[in-house]
Amino acid sequence: MSEKNTDETPVVRMVNITKHFPGVLANDSVDLTLHRGEVLALLGENGAGKSTLMNMLVGLYRPDSGEIFVKGKMAEINSPQDSMALGIGMIHQEFMLVGNMTVAENIILGMKDLPFVPPMADIKAKITELSKRYGLQVYPDKVIQDLSVGEQQRVEILKLLYRGADILILDEPTAVLTPGEARDLNEILKKMLAEGKSAIFITHKMDEVMEFSHTVQVLRRGKSVSSCPTNTIKRVQDLANMMVGRDILFSLDRGPYKPTDVMVEARDITVLPIGGGKPVLDKVSFSIRGGEIFGIAGVAGNGQQQLTEALTGLLRVDSGTILLNGKDMTNKTPLQVIKSGVSHIPADRGRMGVVGDMSVGDNLSMKKYRTQELSSHSVINKSWVRKFADHLIDVFTIKTPSQDTSVKFLSGGNIQKTILAREIDSCGGILIAVYPSRGLDVGATEAVRQNLIKQRDKGNAVLLVSEELEELLMVADKIAVMFEGRIMDIVDADKASTERLGMLMAGVEREDV
Amino acid sequence: MNLLDFITRLLAATLAMGTSLTYATLGEVYTEKTGILNLGMEGTMLMGALAGFATAFNTGNLLLALLMSMLVGALLSLIHAFLCITMRANQVVAGLAITMFGTGLANFLGQRLGPATNNFNLTGMNIANKFSNIAIPGLSGIPIIGALFDVSLLTYALYAILPFSWFFMYKTKHGMVVRAVGENPRTAAAMGISVTKIRYLYTLIGGMFAGLGGACLSLSFIPSWNEGMTGGKGWIVIALVIFSTWNPGRVVIGTLVFGGITSLQFSLQAAGLKMVIPSQFLGFSPYLITLVVLTAMTIINQKKKGSFASPSALGVSFAIDDK
Repeated sequence: MSEKNTDETPVVRMVNITKHFPGVLANDSVDLTLHRGEVLALLGENGAGKSTLMNMLVGLYRPDSGEIFVKGKMAEINSPQDSMALGIGMIHQEFMLVGNMTVAENIILGMKDLPFVPPMADIKAKITELSKRYGLQVYPDKVIQDLSVGEQQRVEILKLLYRGADILILDEPTAVLTPGEARDLNEILKKMLAEGKSAIFITHKMDEVMEFSHTVQVLRRGKSVSSCPTNTIKRVQDLANMMVGRDILFSLDRGPYKPTDVMVEARDITVLPIGGGKPVLDKVSFSIRGGEIFGIAGVAGNGQQQLTEALTGLLRVDSGTILLNGKDMTNKTPLQVIKSGVSHIPADRGRMGVVGDMSVGDNLSMKKYRTQELSSHSVINKSWVRKFADHLIDVFTIKTPSQDTSVKFLSGGNIQKTILAREIDSCGGILIAVYPSRGLDVGATEAVRQNLIKQRDKGNAVLLVSEELEELLMVADKIAVMFEGRIMDIVDADKASTERLGMLMAGVEREDV
Repeated sequence: MNLLDFITRLLAATLAMGTSLTYATLGEVYTEKTGILNLGMEGTMLMGALAGFATAFNTGNLLLALLMSMLVGALLSLIHAFLCITMRANQVVAGLAITMFGTGLANFLGQRLGPATNNFNLTGMNIANKFSNIAIPGLSGIPIIGALFDVSLLTYALYAILPFSWFFMYKTKHGMVVRAVGENPRTAAAMGISVTKIRYLYTLIGGMFAGLGGACLSLSFIPSWNEGMTGGKGWIVIALVIFSTWNPGRVVIGTLVFGGITSLQFSLQAAGLKMVIPSQFLGFSPYLITLVVLTAMTIINQKKKGSFASPSALGVSFAIDDK
């Protein structure tokens, strides 16, 4: 990126910002400086306090102490309205869009100076003009829920531009995009910077930091641990170490690839949506052998979740056959699927993985309570459960005050370890893991991946759905790419390249197209 | 009896019956559109009916009576708003409590606010003024349609309020805010809208309309006070909101259908048809139709994948710190 100009007043200066949440010190005397025309990458693990810091800059939270200066003036930011007036706008990780309203309505939502009846024709014209200027194609009359994730992000950017924001905050903007869409976003950002706008973007992807930013600031457990020009960073590894505060393994221990018999077989699985339309799953076929990790890549929402739900008995298939451990398990109940030896780590761990209000111990025994191991004559033996839970907490290093603590009070990583422990302990040969490392910090991610590999080395069949190519290339033996409910191709992980997989994820059949 | 006459009279009865339902349903639509479910309608309507009648009885001032019914409705729904928005209580439980409380309080006060000559009981009392039908000369003489022009002021007001409510919801910036708060409060908050303020405001407005709906009964439809005189209309309102698919423009369809069925039941009874159809059956028929309509709506909703769906955040409390 072009050189930035630093000899003027910073557009944003946050000084000594501290913020507590009940039981957590989210930000501890953090300083941050952003100059005009600069891109600052805010790097850190999950829970390091990046989003909290930015939410204070846009007025969603208020700092306990500390000062914020915007364009040289001390600013009192009490609401998003205030930050908007100062030209600060944020694109949240979870888009802030109202699904059943149109693009135009979303763009003007909450603006104070609108007349009683907003002149929609003028507003749409202005949106169209802005979208042309920045190459952000959208249709103002379309309803948000009919748009793709990439289009929705464009609406978010337009929302900021429409309100005249010149300080943009982007919270993990590329997490939901295909590699192609990410490149487009980069182009749009460049155009905006050329006009003198500035940007802060939150990420935990090291390569994006190197590619997009002028300055990188690293947060660790609420504290700012480093801030330096990106071009002084020699090795990506250094950034990672700063983030975690210790050396991390970038390669995982794994035994040689020794596939055995086919344990999971899907033949032409088709699922039609309610109310008709394009199939959610369109004749999906593949097989997984024992001792193999079968990865499924693709942008979220291309049928991966439905596929795993079909395999685990949570979703009825309209046609096709599912064979698990050699038995026909098409459209069987979840309990029958579990009994046939399948373990499932669901995508939404809070909703489907654990019962938040129940204790760690109860959650750990939730699958085995009905077996001889934990109950006799239908009565659960509490002391057996305690022993069983303590053992799993120990083996999987789940950090919890006690096994009686409600699961919802644990960190995301430890909730996931609880699920892993329960599922791996009860695994009868097949493990289905859906986005198992999503939202976890580097340490917990490492533990999850290592556990998956351990299952593979034991001879189990592992299905891993992931949106991170890096993870799939590191962990999987074979990678299938899903796009709009179809499997585009299945490739050997050691022969796959990020570019090729990226093309497949975007729905491009062959490289020469 | 002349069929044309019968239909005209049926429509007139439908309008009289539907007016009360329409006010309350409009109020509940606005409340639910911001994400607050107020099951306290039955109690709020009854309190409104009592407040209106007691004021009219004691002062003879109908306008004051209307204002009192709205004020009482707003006060009851303020309790609901406080419980659900500030205290983040379960909205279903809070609403049920409001209905029990409102019903009980209205019946209690009904025996205390009357004249000494009647043992302080309001039941059986008459009021000097009531909202009676005003016929527009010429127009009211037309068969069938004429019924539309021989109604009370409360009904005439709806001819303006109904289209305006639709316009307000879908064409103005305030309506946009209402829809956003009920659909995605987090987004609304991020856009600088105070979710708490909006939810309080429209819960109160909903209560006012419910109070007004109650007053329509005691000041116009059956100008009197009787214990439990709303007779479950507050529950029909909850169903009518679903029937309207949370669109103020469609409220009138539901209230006409339900008002019509109830009126038809009376007309048929009056016509001596109870020999053929048992009166008990006619009595519960509006509720039976409610069940049928709700079932049909649910099926249509599934088929259409949510185009008639309820506001996504309906019944869910909100705080910015929630993840």
